[in-house]
Amino acid sequence: MLTLLPPTEVPILGPAPAAAAIRSFLGAVPPVDATGAEERAAALATRSVKRESKRRALRLAVRMCDLTTLEGKDTPGKVRQLAAKAIRPDPTDPDIPSVAALCVYPALVPHAAGALAGSGVATASVAAYFPSGQAPRSARAEEAAWAAERGADEIDMVINRGAFLSGDFSAVYQEITSVKQAAGEARLKVILETGELVSYDNVRRAAMLAMAAGADFIKTSTGKVSPAATRPVTLVMLEAIRDFHDLTGRMVGMKPAGGIRTAKDAIGYLVLLSETLGAAWMTPARFRFGASSLLNDLLMQLRRLRDGRYQSPDYFTKD
Amino acid sequence: MDAPPAEVIPPGEPAVLEYADSREAAQLAEIRDSYGLWIDGAWSAPRSGRFFPTLNPATEETLSRAAAAGEEDAAAAVEAARRAYDKTWGRTAPKERSKFLFRIARMVQERSRELAVLETLDGGKPIKESRDFDIPAAAAHFFHYAGWADKLEYAFPGLDHRPLGVAGQIIPWNFPLLMLAWKVAPALATGNTVVLKPAETTPLTALAFAELTEEAGLPPGVFNVVTGGGDAGAAVAGHPGVDKVAFTGSTAVGKEIGARLAGSGKRLTLELGGKAPHVIFDDAPVDQAVEGVVNGIFFNQGHVCCAGSRLLVQESVYEPFLARLKRRLGTLRVGDPLDKNTDIGAINSREQLDKIGGLVESGVEEGADLYQPACALPERGFWFPPTLFTGVSQSHRIAQEEIFGPVLSIMTFRTPDEAVEKANNTPYGLSAGVWTDKGSRILWMADRLRAGVVWANTFNKFDPASPFGGFRESGFGREGGRHGLLPYVRGGGGR
Repeated sequence: MLTLLPPTEVPILGPAPAAAAIRSFLGAVPPVDATGAEERAAALATRSVKRESKRRALRLAVRMCDLTTLEGKDTPGKVRQLAAKAIRPDPTDPDIPSVAALCVYPALVPHAAGALAGSGVATASVAAYFPSGQAPRSARAEEAAWAAERGADEIDMVINRGAFLSGDFSAVYQEITSVKQAAGEARLKVILETGELVSYDNVRRAAMLAMAAGADFIKTSTGKVSPAATRPVTLVMLEAIRDFHDLTGRMVGMKPAGGIRTAKDAIGYLVLLSETLGAAWMTPARFRFGASSLLNDLLMQLRRLRDGRYQSPDYFTKD
Repeated sequence: MDAPPAEVIPPGEPAVLEYADSREAAQLAEIRDSYGLWIDGAWSAPRSGRFFPTLNPATEETLSRAAAAGEEDAAAAVEAARRAYDKTWGRTAPKERSKFLFRIARMVQERSRELAVLETLDGGKPIKESRDFDIPAAAAHFFHYAGWADKLEYAFPGLDHRPLGVAGQIIPWNFPLLMLAWKVAPALATGNTVVLKPAETTPLTALAFAELTEEAGLPPGVFNVVTGGGDAGAAVAGHPGVDKVAFTGSTAVGKEIGARLAGSGKRLTLELGGKAPHVIFDDAPVDQAVEGVVNGIFFNQGHVCCAGSRLLVQESVYEPFLARLKRRLGTLRVGDPLDKNTDIGAINSREQLDKIGGLVESGVEEGADLYQPACALPERGFWFPPTLFTGVSQSHRIAQEEIFGPVLSIMTFRTPDEAVEKANNTPYGLSAGVWTDKGSRILWMADRLRAGVVWANTFNKFDPASPFGGFRESGFGREGGRHGLLPYVRGGGGR
């Protein structure tokens, strides 16, 4: 059963800081050398996780999954099916744990929350005009409030990249604080959409900005923009989380999302997590995978470890 | 970091990601009980009648015995090399030399796994380094020089690019096969023949390479190996039939060789020690700089002549940088070199371990502050934990002498001028590193640092196309690239 940590408290720079205060906060964020960051991420990819350590890592990865469907054609029926999968990912093996959360569009939150009630699986909703975020601040906040009131335990919002890239960091900050306030008790995951920020320097600054504004998790991508999550981007964000913890004592979570399809990918991300932030973050309360097709590969690999052979994909449910 | 809150870890699910015990199979490397000398394309028993054991420094077990070459053996090898130079190799068309080198390069690649295991067993370095760095880089050097063999007149227009004759090459124990490649590839490409003396503690990959040259069909005598200690090296360098001596190793031995060769007419290149400064400015990309520092001093247990062993941090960022560095040290994995997850392997020999221990003791006695992360070391074998010294002064021995181990001396500076002054305040001048986000400062520093290589926002980067070598007591002559050919051609000048 997933235990959600209490949401973070007030934003560290206050609800509406002066632009100069935000600039000076971001000015202290160290630069990132792209070659070095990519080398470090690649070096950690050679760590060997096999046998029993692999089984444990795969089970942990299942518990960290935010099972996701974000399509215009999503229906209540589809959401109910996914909810069943989220609660019991492998019907033939009750020993496989539930995933962390089911992530849907706001309109489907009531259906997801209903189907997941009492299961321990959280209901997550993308909100605040996902995936563009291009809407008035009040409208974005209103949508988040709507989803939270109807049962979303977690809200995934995306930052205003236009504002960020034009240097209007106050707008980015205030949109986050508004959504955070509107979401109430729901935990806020702030998506940076790193594929549109492009440089690691931007990613690191945006990560610090989102955390300062009150993010409970920071997340790489909507999944609608390519590239989505990459290992170096995740590393840079994990390092920002570590710095933010040093600065404030707050432990913000991380969610790489988009493009993570195989168990091997997932284990690679866990290695980054373990070597950068350590044991305290090796929990679904502080790390998630945003993925739709990853779960079946995790299940397939777990079954291979159990039975010693691969099974046809036909033996795994497609929901 | 703190322990995870109890409520979020279900019973039976450990929160820490453990790595699998993932050892490369030692059996991959075929090791004989004993080895003779490789002279004139065949194994021969040492005329000296002596053998010496070569150990696995991670276990102290004897892997094999190698022949201890004496003067007669060295003479036999030099004579074989001379015959090959006169009769076969010296008359081989450049494009044919090129084919041999390409073939050798490919064979090194094909046997890379076996060679990596052998290198790790004999030298103690982590398998991830021998697998991902040493062996691929060795193959890359042969490929690079294979391409030069028939293009020497374009490399040196107007210069006499005929070979010198017999090259006596003495290589160290820190990168045995790679240092072999650095020396052998340009020598063969230019048409010289070779007598190689590998380091006493790491003869095995050179001996495996000797067999490989036979499989490649290299004519007998073109490449010869005489194993042994310092006396064997002295016998090779001192033999009158040797036209050129190339030595990589300690500055003390390099000076001795230089003195003995003076007036002999032999050409000499020396690649000696270093005490490289690693300069961190306040605007450095800090996490990558920490990685660079770790890589700079802990790569290959610090057994690297260009290791960044003196860290100079701008005073305004000293405390936070040190905190990050210490935290990173806590995640280094020291242990079995054959384990693919190992970051730091075994110290190469007991002698080297004692030397490191002695210098570290002097650091403590002279008043520097020692920091070592908690890490369990294996009981057998030669091990030294990653070590930092803070509060180091320029006058401390650990700031002046090459330690050649996983020991970093940390000092501070206030202005770029002071950084340059401290960085250059050493008799060495092999390499240096600069970390800053400011391009103009990188160029300003590179102009002033007296070092053969200056790395900017990275460290320990090598490429066969890039020349490598030192200033002052770090030696002279360049290895790698077009420059690396010069010491082996008649018009190349040099000493």
